[in-house]
Amino acid sequence: MAVVDFNQQAVAFAAQADKQTFLKSLNQTGLDQFKALPFPTRKTEDWKYTSLVALTKHNYNQAVQTSDVEGCESLYDIIDLNANRLVFVNGVYKQALSNIETQQGVTLVTFANASPAQQAEISTKVGQIAETDRNLFTALNNAQASDGVYLNVAKDVQVLKPIHVVHVTTAQTNAASAFSRCLVELGVHANATLIEQFVSTDEEQNVLLNQTTEAVVGDGAKLNHYRLNSEHESSLHFGGVYVELKRDSQFESYQVLLGGKVKRLDVLVNHSVGGSHCEMKGVYLPKNKQQVDIHSYIEHKAPNCTTNEVYRGIMADQSKAVFNGRIHIHPDAQKTLAELSNKNLLLSDKAQINTKPELEIYADDVRCAHGATVAQLNETAKFYLRSRGISAQEADIMLSFGFINELLDSIPLDALRTKMRPLMAEQFTSDRELTKHIIIDGEDA
Amino acid sequence: MLSIKNLQAKVEETDILKGLSLEIKPGEVHAIMGPNGAGKSTLGNVLSGRADYEVTGGTVSFDGKNLLDMDTEERAREGLFLAFQYPVEIPGVSNLEFLKASVDSIRAHRGEDPIDSVTFLKLAREKCKAIDLDQSFLKRGVNEGFSGGEKKRNEIMQMMMLQPKLCILDETDSGLDIDALQVVAEGVNSLRDPNRSFIVVTHYQRLLDYIVPDFVHVLADGKIVKSGGKELALELEEKGYGWIEESAAKGV
Repeated sequence: MAVVDFNQQAVAFAAQADKQTFLKSLNQTGLDQFKALPFPTRKTEDWKYTSLVALTKHNYNQAVQTSDVEGCESLYDIIDLNANRLVFVNGVYKQALSNIETQQGVTLVTFANASPAQQAEISTKVGQIAETDRNLFTALNNAQASDGVYLNVAKDVQVLKPIHVVHVTTAQTNAASAFSRCLVELGVHANATLIEQFVSTDEEQNVLLNQTTEAVVGDGAKLNHYRLNSEHESSLHFGGVYVELKRDSQFESYQVLLGGKVKRLDVLVNHSVGGSHCEMKGVYLPKNKQQVDIHSYIEHKAPNCTTNEVYRGIMADQSKAVFNGRIHIHPDAQKTLAELSNKNLLLSDKAQINTKPELEIYADDVRCAHGATVAQLNETAKFYLRSRGISAQEADIMLSFGFINELLDSIPLDALRTKMRPLMAEQFTSDRELTKHIIIDGEDA
Repeated sequence: MLSIKNLQAKVEETDILKGLSLEIKPGEVHAIMGPNGAGKSTLGNVLSGRADYEVTGGTVSFDGKNLLDMDTEERAREGLFLAFQYPVEIPGVSNLEFLKASVDSIRAHRGEDPIDSVTFLKLAREKCKAIDLDQSFLKRGVNEGFSGGEKKRNEIMQMMMLQPKLCILDETDSGLDIDALQVVAEGVNSLRDPNRSFIVVTHYQRLLDYIVPDFVHVLADGKIVKSGGKELALELEEKGYGWIEESAAKGV
């Protein structure tokens, strides 16, 4: 198959795609940013261990051909989750599948359906915190941004229902790219829960989904954030989450990434004023030949902020994962408390993890810790389980699941825990007999 | 029930068991005593099929079946239970899910239906109470953060849940204060039954005041060098192991 020039085709596609006129300036800036960035190779530090060769096998820089899909509700339905739901299929908003309840002080609308006044607001805010110098896919998202979700919560307002934004991808006749955006602004002391879920139909995928989320969390406000990727293992996903934390605000994020052909997530959190707290927990579970690549950047730019970051990964078969976690303490960020922990379990001698926790400290009165471990299943623990009659296979699965269970148990939304538990268990085996003991929620005991 | 003949085993390149023979009938309690390094713990590990222990000779038959042919989990399902000297901590796997998986697999092997969750939880709570273990332990990771005594009680609690045919207690008394020792011993005694046998491996006679054995064997240098009734334990307590090792060395 011919090797294609991804960047050249991306530029050509950006020029012809039909977009919203109010995002013209973002699109133009994005295109300029994108043009300045070369296609990553193994020599590009931020992409060193993730192969993007799949992107040069087909021309992904084409519009999706169809966004029609039958009965996709079951893919993302979360039992007992009473939420405002916005569903996008291959980047196209599906009103019929969505359900938004109006609430005083809450603006929740798609870019396309926003009023001219709201569109004017969006155009001034979008692209303000997403950084593109490390990730050309975010630059490309800027260049191609057209539709997305706009959430604005007024001062002191608690959004009553979680906001469930679903992205479904489906197989196309020809390879294609879909773009989507999410822009969140929480006013002073506002509170909201945002669940970003990525699913696909159960078939070979050829849509590259490029999704960027930006959130400004106002003074004393709190954003509860979930990002759940459970698409087909052939999926291509490039995600970016960019957060700005105002004074005494909080950002609590749970990320679950099952593997894909290439699945990349960049998360950037700026502690920009002071007193803010970031709690970030993530689990990645690639298997077969899947790849997952997580880059997190926490910028402590102001004093008295705290970060607690915990990621765990289990790599099976010939899968590969990258975890790059950087905490950067700027000179003004005195009294920072920051911790970063990354633990990994390799289930096969062909599985790979490249982990790099980084602490860069320019302030002198801070307390920081970081660490990473890579291990295999504990043979003594396995013997213990087997000595109680549990089969070797089930013991492996119980121990693997145990490795991530603590993070899963810490998810505060019951409905999500219940949804994710079997999905994660299925990563280890499709035999339900072997997972029946682990899918019982610890809370039920 | 258990017939061990001329059992030899090594760990890495060191021979530990050098021709051990032992016959255990249903309902009997056998104490195995001996100095450190005699092979006491090896016996339990070999019988439960631990991978690092290589059997180099001899036979073990359990209820007429060749025990050494079975995987660790098969031995457990056939009714062999080893209470570990050092129970393993397994964070992230709750005690309850562990117990349920264990009981389910053993029941399935016996051709019995699984117990429903509600009944199971009730049963597990009862056993916790009997062994003086707070119910909250069921929710916690297996042995995670348990004290030494709690770990040993958790072993006995599992034994009560699984109702094995043959229980091997590997230095269950080590690290226990006298109160905990009594609770553990009561748990064990409550399981004594004409059809259930015990091998109680211990360094000290103290435990045998509470779990009274039918037979006492002295293990030294990989073999049983002396056997007797419960009074042998008292003699050992008084005289130490030296005299037996000496007479064994002389071939007496």
